[in-house]
Amino acid sequence: MGREVSESCVESLVTEIVSSYCNGFYADKPELAARRIEAIGFQVGHQLSERYTMDRPRFTDHLEAIKFICKDFWSEVFKKQIDNLKTNHRGTFVLQDNRFRWLSRMSVDPSIETLGSIQDPSAMAENKAAQAIGMHLYFPCGIIRGALSNLGIPCAVSADISNLPACSFVIRIKA
Amino acid sequence: MAPVAPRSGDVIFANVERVNAELFTLTYGAIVRQLLTDLEEVDEVNKQLDQMGYNIGVRLIDEFLAKSNVSRCVDFKETAEVIAKVGLKMFLGITATVTNWDVEGTTCSLILEDNPLVDFVELPDTCQGLNYCNILSGVVRGALEMVSMKTEVTWLRDMLRGDDAFELQLKLLKQVPEEYPYKDDE
Repeated sequence: MGREVSESCVESLVTEIVSSYCNGFYADKPELAARRIEAIGFQVGHQLSERYTMDRPRFTDHLEAIKFICKDFWSEVFKKQIDNLKTNHRGTFVLQDNRFRWLSRMSVDPSIETLGSIQDPSAMAENKAAQAIGMHLYFPCGIIRGALSNLGIPCAVSADISNLPACSFVIRIKA
Repeated sequence: MAPVAPRSGDVIFANVERVNAELFTLTYGAIVRQLLTDLEEVDEVNKQLDQMGYNIGVRLIDEFLAKSNVSRCVDFKETAEVIAKVGLKMFLGITATVTNWDVEGTTCSLILEDNPLVDFVELPDTCQGLNYCNILSGVVRGALEMVSMKTEVTWLRDMLRGDDAFELQLKLLKQVPEEYPYKDDE
């Protein structure tokens, strides 16, 4: 086992990224804040997947790479595997984590459960709580996109929290 | 002065939830990188990192007090020892040596034995004025402020800038007396 730090360190950083970008620099521009937070996640995912795949043979297809994300990658980052993987076999994959670690300690307004997908930050502007959670999810979405991009798979990633505390990440691979 | 009780954060660190340090190190690196892009000025990035650290320290002190079971420190010397041996250990898994005390006992240095923030990090020439680890000084300042100590926390030596160690100076500016927001008889 390599070096470890307390989980609070990582959680504190993520909280602080979101609050700096959403309340500080881009308080009136949630779209820009979202893009920056996603970019930070992208960088992290890109570097982590480089490190975690150093000693592996190249993945032969998309499904293999996605399985790597669900198992090895998720275990390294979140200490558990993705619980459920679905695909339409046309480039869309849905990864469900039944108890997503980074949301497990957030309080949630039940009314937002109807809100579902967080693809459009401006649509959430009405609901501050939904927006706060949505903003926190841009970071893991960026991590997944960065990890896959490093494996040569360009894609778009969004999150769905209509089933809290489960969280689904929807990956759409670009043809 | 009562002798400082030997304290160590080893047991606490062994019992907290931990994650691999790569995730932490790379996340921090990505933040610094994004801030450099967005704020452009190195000085602004230094300030922002310090502010983020301060905000984190203000929150982490609660977790520290709850989990460490440390009782009130008799003086600033003991406070510095507790940060070096318990606080840093409990969160970052490292310890520091406390040294360079001034005669008043209000200024000292923490020499970090190790620093997980800087694994894989090299500063390019364009970032020479960057205090890469400024988040940590902010955390210490924020945490101490919550226990009534106004401090100034600065990096004196930084291995990323070619020094031979990471040296963090703690200067106690003011001990704020505790005030209650209510009167006893209300």
